[in-house]
Amino acid sequence: MLHMQSISKVYRTDLIETHALREFSLHVREGEFVAVTGPSGSGKTTFLNIAGLLETFDTGTYKLDESDVSGLSDDARSRIRNQKIGFIFQSFNLIPDLDVFDNVDVPLRYRGMDASERKRRITEALELVGLASRMKHIPAQLSGGQQQRVAIARALAGSPRFLLADEPTGNLDSLMARQVVDLLEDINRRGTTIVMVTHDPELARRAHRNVHVMDGQVTDMQPFTAKPLVAASAVG
Amino acid sequence: MLTYNLRLAFKSLRRTPGIAALMIGAIGLGVGVCITTLTVWRLMSANPIIHRNDVLYSVTLDNWDPNNPMYARSPHLPPPQVTYRDAMAMYASDIPTRKVAMRKSSFVLDPGQAQGMKPYQVITRLTNTDFFPMFDVPFLFGAPWSTDADEGAQQVVVLSKETNTKVFGGQDSVGRTIQLDGQDYKVVGVLDEWAPTPKFYDVTNGAFEEPEDLYLPFSVGIRLEMPSTGNTNCWRNQTLNTWQEFLQSDCVWIQYWVELPNRERVEQYQNFIDNYVREQKRLGRFERPLNNHLRRPDEWMRVNEVVRDDNRVLVGLSFMFLAVCLLNMVGLLLTKFLGGAPIVGLRRALGASRGEIFKQHMVEVGVIGIGGGLLGIVIAALGLFAVRNLHDNYDALTRLDVPMGLIALAIAIASGVLAGVYPTWRVCRTQPATYLKTQ
Repeated sequence: MLHMQSISKVYRTDLIETHALREFSLHVREGEFVAVTGPSGSGKTTFLNIAGLLETFDTGTYKLDESDVSGLSDDARSRIRNQKIGFIFQSFNLIPDLDVFDNVDVPLRYRGMDASERKRRITEALELVGLASRMKHIPAQLSGGQQQRVAIARALAGSPRFLLADEPTGNLDSLMARQVVDLLEDINRRGTTIVMVTHDPELARRAHRNVHVMDGQVTDMQPFTAKPLVAASAVG
Repeated sequence: MLTYNLRLAFKSLRRTPGIAALMIGAIGLGVGVCITTLTVWRLMSANPIIHRNDVLYSVTLDNWDPNNPMYARSPHLPPPQVTYRDAMAMYASDIPTRKVAMRKSSFVLDPGQAQGMKPYQVITRLTNTDFFPMFDVPFLFGAPWSTDADEGAQQVVVLSKETNTKVFGGQDSVGRTIQLDGQDYKVVGVLDEWAPTPKFYDVTNGAFEEPEDLYLPFSVGIRLEMPSTGNTNCWRNQTLNTWQEFLQSDCVWIQYWVELPNRERVEQYQNFIDNYVREQKRLGRFERPLNNHLRRPDEWMRVNEVVRDDNRVLVGLSFMFLAVCLLNMVGLLLTKFLGGAPIVGLRRALGASRGEIFKQHMVEVGVIGIGGGLLGIVIAALGLFAVRNLHDNYDALTRLDVPMGLIALAIAIASGVLAGVYPTWRVCRTQPATYLKTQ
């Protein structure tokens, strides 16, 4: 599904070079729920941006769905982001002056779907996250947890092959965080591959596999388990 | 997608109402000033007789002072009018299919039974019957007077629509009588609306004056010894105590036009006037080199500088002002669009291509352009109102018509788009990942 081999990314200014990723390699299988952990500045977000085709990389190869996406044009990368990838961000990133319905509608608009198909998908996605009754609310009228669920609905409405989540519970209290993680697990059970960046160990333990990143490299990769690690350790 | 982008544009403008108002104000002001000057310039430079431009010719002969040209700034130009003697000599020629000698005068019209109206002064054109078909003058009632009326100096009159409305309440007044300077004149025709702008047939007496109130045979004015109220220019030291002395003088005061249907007739007529002047030279007149001209209406208006250079400069300056307004708008758009970069980054992350972002922002500047255009039309209307109040003679030039309204909108949209290209390009370069963490 996602195969990165020896990816390097360097940020350069006039004065300094920062090696965000060095020889970074990772393989995520279809249906996996992978947590990427590591300290601040370790390269987690850079990895996620490259995985989501939001940034380019300097060297290495990256295959998404068996296709090499290294040399794609900006338009082709936009198309893949729109059709195959769903994003969930720490700060929700909802558009403040659009209501819930229109926020979920954004990626569908760029896919050129007709109005009835968009409406069906939006309704289904909002029902899945339990916010179908809040369609006409604007983000400021919702709690943090509700906003993140809207963001998840937005990510799901386009039926992506995989979800990339960057600290999805970072701005939520523990109760809301648990609800969001429950939702992500449910989504994963329905077949969507999830890669989640977090530095919350509790949250990471809910994933099938943990990948630890340090100084731009994968330093520890726990093996794939069919069930979440928390459940696995309980059984063990 | 257009309706979606329009909705986003209105939301975006509502998000920053101050900046939106400033941008619409800037573009509206620039467009308003441009449209004000363009309207005046366009009407000034129009050719109201363009459909007959190929057959009508103004005739000028250079009978002026050999030592001092009439126009020091343009010494090659002959006087724009001719003398009575020369007009009559030319009138004898049958080369033109139509010909007209004319001048401006004024009478006092006594409305008689018209209720509550006192006698008032009317601006009059003393002309020949050919004037009406030559210049395509429309009639509401009746017809031009006959050639017999021209030859016999009959007291007949054609009224303008306005005069007929004033004196006869707009009814068909053909056959009725009006009193001018105490004498009766029989109405033979009433014109429909007719106000060629510029008044090409008599630019000497004000290219932007209102059309005349009524029209009389040229010969009547001569018989009644009616002085001209238009420009009369003399150069030779001559005694002008009597009407006959004035008629025989070298003073120029008559506009002379001919209709020549083809090239051969034009050449024939040019030869005729050149030969006439050569003959006059032998009699001691026309001391300047041969300098006779037949000019079509468009050339006639150009030579007489109906559109002055300062009007062109004004139009140029107004467009420069628009450019300054647009530069300000570029700054405001940059501020606005780059302020919205985080949302652009988010849209890019969610799959919007650069093209989609470009279209979205161009629709927004298009909306600003339309807003600016509508404001510009209001400002132009106010500007033209001010021009009208400053210059009494500019009534005809200060009409803001539908084409100019559309031009205002087109300029505004084009300006908006032009000003929006760079800020839009800048915001399209937004890397999707840049703001996602910080939004």
